[in-house]
Amino acid sequence: MTGAVIEIQSLTKRFGGTTAVDDLSFRVEPGVVTGFLGPNGAGKTTTLRSLVGLVRPTSGRATFDGTSYAELPNPLRTVGTALEAASFHPGRSGRDHLRVVGAAAGIPTARVDEVLAWVGLADAGGRRVGGYSLGMRQRLGLAFALLGDPGALVLDEPINGLDPEGIRWIRGFLRDLAAEGRTVLVSSHLLSEVQQTVDRVVIISRGRLAYEGTLDGLEGGAIARVHVDAADREALGRSLTAAGGQVEVAGDGLRVSGLDADAIGRHALAAGVPLRLLVPEREGLEDVFLGIVGEGEIR
Amino acid sequence: MLRSLRSELLKISTTRIWWILAAILFGYVGLTAAGMAALFTTIRQQPEGQLITAEMVPPLVYSVATAVGYVFPLLFGALATTTEFRHQTLTPTFLATPRRSAVLGGKVIAGAVWGVVYAVVGLLAAVGLGALVLAATGQETLLGDSDVWALLGRIVLAMMLWAMIGVAFGVLVSNQVAVIVIVLAFTQFVEPLLRLASSFWEWSARIGGYLPGAASDALVGSSIFTAFSGAATADSLEWWQGGLVLGGYAALFLVIGGLTTWRRDVT
Ligand SMILES: Nc1ncnc2c1ncn2[C@@H]1O[C@H](COP(=O)(O)OP(=O)(O)O)[C@@H](O)[C@H]1O
Ligand SMILES: [Mg+2]
Repeated sequence: MTGAVIEIQSLTKRFGGTTAVDDLSFRVEPGVVTGFLGPNGAGKTTTLRSLVGLVRPTSGRATFDGTSYAELPNPLRTVGTALEAASFHPGRSGRDHLRVVGAAAGIPTARVDEVLAWVGLADAGGRRVGGYSLGMRQRLGLAFALLGDPGALVLDEPINGLDPEGIRWIRGFLRDLAAEGRTVLVSSHLLSEVQQTVDRVVIISRGRLAYEGTLDGLEGGAIARVHVDAADREALGRSLTAAGGQVEVAGDGLRVSGLDADAIGRHALAAGVPLRLLVPEREGLEDVFLGIVGEGEIR
Repeated sequence: MLRSLRSELLKISTTRIWWILAAILFGYVGLTAAGMAALFTTIRQQPEGQLITAEMVPPLVYSVATAVGYVFPLLFGALATTTEFRHQTLTPTFLATPRRSAVLGGKVIAGAVWGVVYAVVGLLAAVGLGALVLAATGQETLLGDSDVWALLGRIVLAMMLWAMIGVAFGVLVSNQVAVIVIVLAFTQFVEPLLRLASSFWEWSARIGGYLPGAASDALVGSSIFTAFSGAATADSLEWWQGGLVLGGYAALFLVIGGLTTWRRDVT
């Protein structure tokens, strides 16, 4: 199976005075899991809803192998969608919900039972959705996405609300789907949530593209620092500053950037300052992510 | 559109509201029809009551199915559309069928189908219980009369149109609470008052004939309401005109709703 290439081209969406998505362009390839990241309010949901024709863009286009969602002959068979806060009638059973949408797409009931079993809702399928937990709703949303056995999957915050077992399950699940050749686009406001699952990331902030590429590439932007200390902290700081390092005094020693551990050791020796601590530190990916999108930003 | 229709029919049958409304319809219409049959029997036994002939009674009793029952398919249709806005099920619906006009078409036809279901329930109550009381009290039931069967057919058509008006009105208003309040206030209070007021002058009676409830009575051709408000009867529409007026309301709401709320972003 080869999933469709998802292409967002100069997408802009304004709600009255709010610009939710601002001239956004990116591509999503089949065969890998692509993370779509950004803090709350960055415009992820609006982008994904525009992609599947629920929201009319102010300008720009979003397509699957060049075709817009509305023009796909049988969209559920090409694209599976699970949107945030998946919407179900509380009085209808999970299974009936899938039968209803299945009927609209010409999908038989046998397939409904298949996907219910697939997401672990075989037993709960007959119960009314009103009694489902958030995790069960997420699973039902995924079952809906899988209903038409689509080549492309568009999932908005699918990990939100899952218990640890569910999180482990969905991670493996997404990787399997991508390994089958499907296009998998997964949004999240937490990098750590998808870090172990995604191959590529698209990061947006305030509706604009902030980064598009591999996780390794993102990691390359991380700043390496060394945590170092000596009995004569002041002398150590002087010698490292002289050697070109940027030195910050932290409560439990110095944090040095611009010099690696090897260089710091040599400069300390030359200055005759015995070290009692030398620990290279790497800024976490999450910090890089926050640096890109602007820390704790909520609009 | 056929798939949409199938999906819409399934939507209705997989939730409980349709049979809750049907059960209330049955009880309400059944009791009213039976009570009315008993009342006419008593009246006709009085010396002055002889003015009401035996042939007048059964149509009045049977048409209770629409005269008091029409609000049920109306409310049902309106709930069927507004529930999608309320529970945001438009998201999966439009994902499966991005052509929103096809969804709307499916909804209207599914509404019409269920209007027939409500007509059957209403007639089972009105004719079943009404004729039972008439027969038990030795009155004419006219069940062998072809005119009465034509009346029953027009009742089915009226209930179908009311359900379609409900679906269309639900699209137009989209807010579920608002739609319930408007439907109940208009049908139970505002329109009866308007019809009464309009019957005072000839010119206003002609306009009043175009009110949906009046058009429905014209379509059915017999109703307890028109029977007792003399002036309006003369100016009432032909039965087919009544049907067209009802269809016109449905079409009007559908077009306006289809161009406004139905096209909005689903967020
Ligand atoms: N229907 C709407 N009307 C007005 N503003 C909206 C609407 N939907 C989203 N927004 C605004 O658009 C911005 C992006 O929202 P959203 O796409 O939901 O972001 P995310 O999914 O990344 O959290 C936010 O500022 C939000 O308030
Ligand atoms: Mg969101």
